[in-house]
Amino acid sequence: MHNTLDIKGLRIEATSYPPGEKPRDVVLVNNVSVSVQQGRVLGLIGESGAGKSTIGLSAMSYGRGGVRLTGGHILLNGREIREAGPAELRTLRGREVTYVAQSAAAAFNPAIRLMDQVIETSLLHGVMSRTEAEARAVELFGKLGLPDPENFGRRYPHQVSGGQLQRAMTAMALCPKPDLVIFDEPTTALDVTTQIDVLVAIKTAIRDTGVAALYITHDLAVVAQVADDILVLRGGKKVEYGTTDQIINNPQEDYTKALVSVRSIDHDEKAEAPPVLSVAGVTARYRGTNFDVLKNITVDLPAGQTLAVVGESGSGKSTLARVITGLLPAAKGKLTFAGRTLSPALAQRSKDDLREVQMIYQMADTAMNPRQTVGTIIGRPLEFYFDLKGEAKRQRVQELLDEIEMGSGFADRYPAELSGGQKQRVCIARALAAKPKLIICDEVTSALDPLVADGILKLLLSLQAREGVAYLFITHDLATVRAIADKIAVMYRGEVVRYGGKTDVLTPPFDDYTDLLLSSVPEMKLGWLEEVLENRKMESAGN
Amino acid sequence: MHPVVKLVTQRIALGLLLLLAVSALIFFGVAALPGDTAQAMLGQSATPEALANLREKLGLNEPIVWRYLHWLGGFLTGDLGVSLANGQDIAKSVGQRLGNTLFLASCSAVIAVPLAITLGLIAARYNGRWPDKLISGVTLATISLPEFVAGYIVMYFLAVRWHIFLPTSLVFSSMGFLERLQAIALPVIVLVMVVLAHMMRMTRAAILNVMESAYIETAELKGLSPIKVIWRHAFPNAIAPVVNVVMLNLAYLVVGVVVVEVVFAYSGMGQFLVDSVTKRDMPVVLACGMIFAAIYIGLNIVADVVSILTNPRLRHPK
Repeated sequence: MHNTLDIKGLRIEATSYPPGEKPRDVVLVNNVSVSVQQGRVLGLIGESGAGKSTIGLSAMSYGRGGVRLTGGHILLNGREIREAGPAELRTLRGREVTYVAQSAAAAFNPAIRLMDQVIETSLLHGVMSRTEAEARAVELFGKLGLPDPENFGRRYPHQVSGGQLQRAMTAMALCPKPDLVIFDEPTTALDVTTQIDVLVAIKTAIRDTGVAALYITHDLAVVAQVADDILVLRGGKKVEYGTTDQIINNPQEDYTKALVSVRSIDHDEKAEAPPVLSVAGVTARYRGTNFDVLKNITVDLPAGQTLAVVGESGSGKSTLARVITGLLPAAKGKLTFAGRTLSPALAQRSKDDLREVQMIYQMADTAMNPRQTVGTIIGRPLEFYFDLKGEAKRQRVQELLDEIEMGSGFADRYPAELSGGQKQRVCIARALAAKPKLIICDEVTSALDPLVADGILKLLLSLQAREGVAYLFITHDLATVRAIADKIAVMYRGEVVRYGGKTDVLTPPFDDYTDLLLSSVPEMKLGWLEEVLENRKMESAGN
Repeated sequence: MHPVVKLVTQRIALGLLLLLAVSALIFFGVAALPGDTAQAMLGQSATPEALANLREKLGLNEPIVWRYLHWLGGFLTGDLGVSLANGQDIAKSVGQRLGNTLFLASCSAVIAVPLAITLGLIAARYNGRWPDKLISGVTLATISLPEFVAGYIVMYFLAVRWHIFLPTSLVFSSMGFLERLQAIALPVIVLVMVVLAHMMRMTRAAILNVMESAYIETAELKGLSPIKVIWRHAFPNAIAPVVNVVMLNLAYLVVGVVVVEVVFAYSGMGQFLVDSVTKRDMPVVLACGMIFAAIYIGLNIVADVVSILTNPRLRHPK
C-alpha cells in the first residue's frame, strides 16, 4: 500500500527578470520531501515566498507562470507525474487530485451556474452520471452547511457570499471523489467570524470523506486546527517537519519557535488626552441608495494616540475613513478636528485641513505611481504643502527615509524594486512628509507577512512617540488591535457596538458581537476549534 | 420591474432619441448646402416667375422648422417623398436597392462572423505559436489591401483567368436565389476579407484578456482540454466586446460598401446615394442618410442589449 502523495527531493525553478539586469534562474523550492496518506491532512506553513503554494500545485504537476519542476520525484498514487505530458495530466487533474483556491470569488466562473461548475469534473472524467453528480453535490452542500442545499446550485457566483463560495469550492473539489485535495489558503480572504465556520465545514468534510489533503496557510493557529502533520517552510526549504502536536507544543527550530510565540509588541494604553478628532452623530449613505452605511457614529480620537476601528467586511469601517477624509460627505453629524469644524466635503476644506489628515492604504503597490522614484513620491507633498525645492527637498526626503529606517540609496529606486514591507514604509514616509496631526491607516498590515507586519507596527508606534501623530487604525485583525490601540471602536453593520479604552473593551462582560469576534480569533492550541464552538453565544450571520 | 428590462428599455429609448437628433442634423445640414432645389431642377436659364412658382409648389417658402417636421412626419408614415431627378416614389426605388444591399451584407456576414470568431478562438488557443502568427498575418494582410485593389485582384483570378465567377454582379428582380448568390460571390469574398481581421483580432484579444483570470486556472486544474477551457470558460465572459465589434462591422457591411459596389457594378444603396449626391437629388440623399443612420444606431443598440443580456450580474441580480 503506497502513500497518496509522495514528494521526494523536489526542486522547483523559475526565471526572474529583475529590472535593468539580465534574466536569471532562481530556485523557488529546494530538496523538499513530504508524504500524505489517505485520511491524513498535511499542513504546509510559511511566509509569502516560502514556496508553499508552489509545492501544493506541484502535486498536480502544475507550475504557475514560468515555474518549472526541475528535479526530484512527485508520486501520486505511486505514479511518477513530474514529467507527465499534458494529456496524461488531464486525466488525473480533477480526478485524482483537486484544488481549492484562496479566493473562491475569483476562482469561480462568473458566467456559469454553481451546480454546473461543481459537477463539471465528475462529468468530464466520467466518474458518475449527471443525476448522480447533482445528488452528490446537493449532499456536499448540505454537509458543508450551505443554506437550502437543494437550490443552492442554481445560483450564480455573484449571488452568494464569500464564505459560501469558499464552501462551494470545497464541494467542487470533493465532488469527483478525489484521492487528494489541495487547500490553498482557503480561509485567508474571509472575515475572522466567517473563517471559523468554513474551517469547521472543511474539517468535517475531510473527515467524513476520508480524503487525503494538503492544507496551505500562513497562519499557524489555523493549520493547528485541521492538520495531522505540519511542514514549516522558509525560502523554499524545509525548516521543520513533524506532527501538529510536536510543532505547536515542542518546536525544535528557532524559526518555528518565533512563529509559535505570540506577537512580541507590548503596548500599554495611554492616559486620557484632549481629542484631536471628534466624530459626533455621523450618518452617511452612498449616492443613489436609501440605506445608511454609517448610523449615528460618535467616537473621539485623543491627540497622539491610536483609535482602532475593528469589524468584519461590510461593517462600515472604511466608509468611516472616507467620511473623515471628506471623500464621502456625511449626511448628518459633525466632524471636529484640532478645535475647528471640518466641512463635510473635500472641496470645501482648506489646504491645512488637507495637510493635517493623511492616509495610508492596504495595498501599498497600487497607492504609488509605478513610474515615479521613491524620491519623487515622497517629495511631492513637500513641494505641494511646503514649497520645498531642489537641495532642501532632497535633504528632507533623506530625513524621512532615515525616519522609516530605510537609509540612503532608496530615493532613486522605483516601487517595483522594493519588498512589500519597504513599499508600505515609503507610503508611511509620504504621509509623514505632510506633517499631519492624524494619519488614517486602512488595513495597512493586512497584506503583509506576520513578521514584516510586526516591523511596520513597531515603526508606527515609535513615530507616534516621536512626532505625536494620532492614528485612526482600521483593521479586522484583533492581534494588531491589541498591539497598537489606545482606544477601540467595534463596528457591526454600520454601528459602533462597543467603544472605549483598550482594557475596558477587551475585558468581559462582552456584548454578543464582540464576544463572537474575540472568540473567533484562532488560538495556537490543539482542539481550540471544538472548544469555541461549544461556548458560542451568537451564530455568525450572513456568511 | 426587472433591472434588465429597465436597462434595455432605457437603451432603446436613448437610441430613438439619438436617431431623432441625427435626423435634424441631416435635414438642416442638407438645407444649409449652397444652391436651391428649384434652381437645380429648372437650370440656369429659368425665369424668375417659374422659379417662384416651383418654390411655392415644393413648399420651399415655408419656415425651415415646419418643413423639417413635415418631412419627419412623412418619413415616419412611410412617405419618403418623390425623387427630383425622375419623379418616382423614393420609397419604391430605395426599397429595391436596400434589399440588394442587405442581401449582400447578410451573405458576407453569414460567412465572416463565424469564420472570424473561430479563427480568433484558434489564435487565442495557440497564442504566440505559428497558427496564431499565421492567422494574424493573413488577416492583417487582407485588411491592409484597399478594397478596390482586392476587388480587382479577386476579379482577375476568379473571373478572368479561371472563369469560376462572373466579373460583374448585375442582379435583376427576375433572378432566382442561387443565381443571385453566384452573382454576388466576388463582392462577398472581398467584403469578408475586409471585415475579417477586425473581428478576429477583437475575439483573440478579448479571450486572452479573460485567460488571465483565476477561474481559467481553476478550469485547467479540473483537467479540461485547452479548447474546452476557451470555449466553455473564457468565451462566455468575452462575448460583450466581441459583439460590439461584430455589430460595427455589420453596420459597415451595410453603409460602407460603396467602393465594392462600384467595382462590381452592383446596384445597392451606396451607389444610389452617390448618384443622388451628384444629381443634387436632395430628397433621396435625405432618405438614404436616414436609413443608414437608423441601421447604424439599430445595430449598436443590438450590441448593447446583447452585452446587457450576457452579463449574469444584470440578468440575475442578488
